[in-house]
Amino acid sequence: MPVPPTHVLIISLLLFSVGMIGVLIRRNVIIILMSIELIMNAANLNLIAFSRQLNNLVGQVFGVFTIAVAAGEVAVGLAVVLALYRNRATVYVDEVQIMKG
Amino acid sequence: MLAAVAVSSAVMVVLSRNAIHAAIYLVLSFLSMAGLYVILEAEFVAAVQVLVYAGGIMVLFLFVIMLVNLRDPSGSRVGLHGVLSGGVGLAVVALILSVYGRGSLPASSAEGSVLRQGGNLEAVGQAIFADYLLPFEIVSVLLLVAMIAAIVLARPIPKD
Repeated sequence: MPVPPTHVLIISLLLFSVGMIGVLIRRNVIIILMSIELIMNAANLNLIAFSRQLNNLVGQVFGVFTIAVAAGEVAVGLAVVLALYRNRATVYVDEVQIMKG
Repeated sequence: MLAAVAVSSAVMVVLSRNAIHAAIYLVLSFLSMAGLYVILEAEFVAAVQVLVYAGGIMVLFLFVIMLVNLRDPSGSRVGLHGVLSGGVGLAVVALILSVYGRGSLPASSAEGSVLRQGGNLEAVGQAIFADYLLPFEIVSVLLLVAMIAAIVLARPIPKD
């Protein structure tokens, strides 16, 4: 059953926007990281949809690379969260204002 | 169907008050996205998605949620800031939709699918190890660097 790529693009747009709104409105750092994962998955979905549309494998190859990069990013991000919690005893972004931004 | 599950559980990730519930919904979203990848003839990426995301990354998230025991879940108070940023988000969505309306998709290629030569795994493996060997090695070095960075950051501060 062929799936029209427009539908996949709409799904990926929805996922991206949900992730972006999550990054913007949530205060918990862990949930912000989860929303960033959603955004990366939306990008991945686009890569794979176009890989199928153009009959080209490069999209899938870079999808795998994106997943690897996302794994590294989550590891470093969660390590930062742990260091933050150890030093400031909070995971809410608006309570971290040493720089008075 | 899968798309509806993926999008609605993504919404629940953002809306749920408890971080553990958010993590479980995130697993659901990742799994249904893996189903979408299978539909789009990317079986290898789907398998990697299940292994890396639903396996590894979620365990990492849950460990950190357990370590950082959460206080009262007052995290989803939506004030002026929330309304403002939600408005910005919707504006970006409208922007992207208008771009979608303008563009036209390239025509689908001919029948003989290059994605399926000898199964998807073999095709992807050939592409990675023949044409994209240098990016592959760079990704491996990147993962090593990320691992070292995570260990250094999460290490207890030495008393000296």
